[in-house]
Formats: sequence, C-alpha cells, structure tokens
Amino acid sequence: MAFIELPIIYKSLKCVAFSLRTLREKIKKVSEQQLFKVTIDNITIEVPAGTTILNAARQIGGEVAPPAMCYYSKLQGSGGKCRTCLVEVSRGSEKDPRPMPKLVASCRTTVMDGMEVKNITSPKVIDARAGIVEFLLLNHPLDCPICDQAGECHLQDLSYEHGKEGTRYEFQKRVFKKHDLGPYIQLHMTRCILCYRCVFTADQLTDKREHGVLDRGDHSEIATFIEKNLDHDFIGNVIDVCPVGALTDKTFRFKNRVWFTKPVDAHRDCPTCSGQVQLWMRGDEVFRVTARKDEWGEVKDTTDGKPGWICNTCRFEKKHINDWVIEGPSKVNRHSVIAQGHYIGLQKPEEIMPKVMHGRAPKLLMDIHSVSEVNRTNIELSLIDGPATSKTFNHSEKTNA
Amino acid sequence: MQTLKSSPPSGDRGMQALTNRSKILERKPMTFLESIYLWNILKGMMITFSHIFKKQPTIHYPEQTRPFSPVFRGLHVLNRDEEGRERCTACGLCAVACPAEAITMEAAERLPGEENLYREEKYAARYEINMLRCIFCGLCEEACPKDAIYLSETFTPASFTRESFIYGKKDLLIPDPVTKPAEFAAAKGIKN
Repeated sequence: MAFIELPIIYKSLKCVAFSLRTLREKIKKVSEQQLFKVTIDNITIEVPAGTTILNAARQIGGEVAPPAMCYYSKLQGSGGKCRTCLVEVSRGSEKDPRPMPKLVASCRTTVMDGMEVKNITSPKVIDARAGIVEFLLLNHPLDCPICDQAGECHLQDLSYEHGKEGTRYEFQKRVFKKHDLGPYIQLHMTRCILCYRCVFTADQLTDKREHGVLDRGDHSEIATFIEKNLDHDFIGNVIDVCPVGALTDKTFRFKNRVWFTKPVDAHRDCPTCSGQVQLWMRGDEVFRVTARKDEWGEVKDTTDGKPGWICNTCRFEKKHINDWVIEGPSKVNRHSVIAQGHYIGLQKPEEIMPKVMHGRAPKLLMDIHSVSEVNRTNIELSLIDGPATSKTFNHSEKTNA
Repeated sequence: MQTLKSSPPSGDRGMQALTNRSKILERKPMTFLESIYLWNILKGMMITFSHIFKKQPTIHYPEQTRPFSPVFRGLHVLNRDEEGRERCTACGLCAVACPAEAITMEAAERLPGEENLYREEKYAARYEINMLRCIFCGLCEEACPKDAIYLSETFTPASFTRESFIYGKKDLLIPDPVTKPAEFAAAKGIKN
C-alpha cells in the first residue's frame, strides 16, 4: 500500500509547491500593479493601494499635507471627526474620472489610481477650512495666555494658518463641572475639541480605559464617570496626543512657558518604556518630560522602530538632570516660537577680562541674583508636584526673613 | 583759480585750496571809528534785548511741568481691572517680546478664595522689570493680551544704587481702585 501511495503523495506535494509558487508570483504581480498614482496639488506620487489621501500627501510633505486635528497615525481608528483635513477630489480615478461631489476627509478616504486631489490649490478647501476653524473655536476659550499648551498647540497653529480673524458667535461658550483626573493629568474640558485621541490612546496603550466621552452633542465631555484618578503606566501619553490644552501635565502646570524652556533629547534605562524622551529644561532644571515628536506633531518612532510612547515614571517622576543621559538639543523648526532665544552656532568672544586685569576678578557693581526675587534658589519650581501657589512663595518669603 | 584747475598740482606751489569758495581776507588796519567797536556793541545789544520780548522757551520745573506727548513711554504700570483684581496672568508674552530681555516672571495658580485678587486662574507671583536693561520701546505693552502692562507718563526716578532699578511687583502694581481710590487716581494722573 505504502509503496503504491508514495508517488501519489510526491506528486500532490509537487503540485502544492507549484501552486504556492504561482500564488506568490500572482501576489507579487498584484502588489506591483497596486501602486496607485495620485496627484495632489499637481505633484504626482505613487503609493500602495489602501493609503489614505492624507498619508499620501504626508509622503510628499510640506504644505501639501492637510492639517489634522483628530487623525493620529500611531492610533488605530483615529480620524474622521474634526473635518480639518478636508480636500477636494477633482478627478475620482482613471476609470471614473468624475470629481467627487463634496469635499472629502482625506484621513479617511483612500487613494484611487489616477486620482487628482486639490488641497491648497483649491479655494473651496481653503474656505471650508476657515469655516472648520471657526467651528472648532466656537466653544474653545481664548485663554492661550493661561494655557500651558500655548506655543505648541495645534489649534493655535491651525487658526493662525487657516482661520479668519473674527468670530460670528455671540453666545456664551459652554462650561463644565471640573473633573479631577489625579495628580498627574490636568483636564480643562472647555478647551477640548472632542478629537477622541485620548480615548484611543487609553484603549490601545493601557489594559483598561477609565475615561471616555460622556453625554452627547454640545454636552459631550471627556471624564471618568465616577471621579477617579487616571493612573495606568502609559496614561500620561494622553497629554502628548491632545492637540489642544485640554489634557496637560500637572507637574508642569504654570511653571514656565514652553518658549522659555529648551528642548533637549535624552534617554534613560527604563524597564517599562523605551526611555527615549525630550526634556524641557531651563538651566539645569528639568521642567517637563515629553515623548519626542515628529514633523506632524505625533510621537516619534524610537530607534528600534516602535512608536515612542513613554511611561508615567519617565514623564512625571524623573525631574532631575542626573536621571537622564542628555544627547543634545532637539531640532526645533525655526518658525516655531520655541526656537526663540536658541542661539545656534553662537561664537562666544574670548574672555579678555582676566588677561587685562592680570588675573584679578573684575569688581561687580551688582549681582542680579542678590536683588531679584525671581528664580530664588530656595524654590525649585521644577521639583514641586503641582503648580506653584501663593503658599509656595509666601512660605519661602518667611523662611527668607 | 583758473590756473589752479588747469595746471597739474606741483610741489613748489604749497597747499592747494580744496574748493573754489575760499575768500581772500582783507587785512587793512581798522579806522578809529571801527577800533572803538561802538557800532558793533550796539548791534550785539540789540539782539540781546530783543529776546526780552520773545516767548520764554524754558519752564520753572518742578513748579511747572511740561505736558507729555500722548505716545510718551515712561515707567511701567501693572494694571488692575475695575474690581481691583490683577490683570496679569504671567503669559510671558511681554518677556518674549522684550528686545532687551528685561522682564522676568514666575507664575502661580490662584487658590480658592483668591478670586478677588487675581482675574484669571493663573497669575504672576513674581514680576520683575530690570530698568537698567529696559529701553522703553513699549513692545511689552503691545504684546500684552490682557491689557495688564502699560507704559505710563512718568520718568523712572533717578537713584544712587543699581539695586533700586530692579522693579518688582510692589513697585509696578497700580494701587487698588476699590480700596485706595485716591492713590489709584493719583497713579492714573487724574487731578481733582
């Protein structure tokens, strides 16, 4: 029996191998075919099938990429909520060259072969985007002077670049009962634009999501249903994904403005996360720790190619310069306000005083630190848990006197 | 002059005139009338006495003061709102706008019960202007989103020490219009 069956088995095996090979070739052919040619703002690019218009535009880069407030490439299922990335499709595809009747959300629309997309070249898109910004700002308080996100806020950038100067809204902005999310994360619900990024972050990075969007319509708000602290190891990343100042770092709250701190790339040996972070320093003080961001304002991949989410320990607990190995100053776009006061390529003139004075120290008429009340050595603002209050300063005054 | 222009400069003629506007001085001896200077003195005195009837350009400072131009930029004031709460929220825009880097501040969060003191959730616990660095350009006033800092129509007072030019909040803050209306009016320059 066995002797008779052997050739048959051999034959059938051969047949399977052959069919596998043809299948692989077929897949290869299909994937070769499925590079779609798409033209965005008169720039043509070839992208694999299934790519969204937004990601194709990001591959081109620069101004062609539509802004996005809710889409986050590192979070699955994000996008399609804010309508900021609307584009005009002036030619559907090679097979069906009719234009799409309405503007489409580029983060949710996949490309077709021969598609032509207009972003900044379309006056319709620019007008629509100005309208979207107006909508987003209807209920968003204009408290940028107070907000810790100012200077790195995506909504601020968006309204500067795409918005109109005035608003036509005459009514009271919505207000909410304040929720406490624990010692690390500060929630300002009035600033929220309901992008759902923090919800996806909690779903995808933590075992159990404890916060979400409650209620509907104008009343919808981010909260924990029963007052609860958010304390999962990776929950701090909601601060980084928040495009506005709705979720901010409580350990950095009101301590400094972003543009007065200097971003520095640093790392540490962390058992829970990659430990590759960005420190926001002033002098030797570490005021804030965040994940590193790429050019789209999203969390950068680490050196081994994973998204660089960081853990709460790195973000909130390690506020001492000795905890970190500093790699060097982060690159900041020179158009950003954060780049102010960063003197790159500075050549310090030679100190000639000791030479002229024959080694004697020059007599200082005034040491500013002996007079100034700001930046006193007995108050380490960066090491205080929450924001400084009048107690912090009054207490130190008493100890001074 | 003609010969000077046409002929090439030669060493033996000495110094040459740079322009053709030079005048040759007459060195004739003065006559008797000229040598007593009577007419010249009279001419001079005429000019002197004519000034008696002209308008005085000077004023009697400190009794009198000159009006300031409406765009005068003097000593800084930190403003309060009509309820007497501090307007400044320590947003740092004045400090980032300051070309002389004269402004520094430290912010604090308003505690419950301090709502009558500070207008916003955040306020400047410390606010300092180094008047030695300040160039009175007024960019801080322009940058302020809260109408909190103003350059008043007063000079920075002179002082003998450098230390007294570091102005803190107690030097800059305008008196409370609710509790100290008279001092507030004086600071505003309103005369009763």
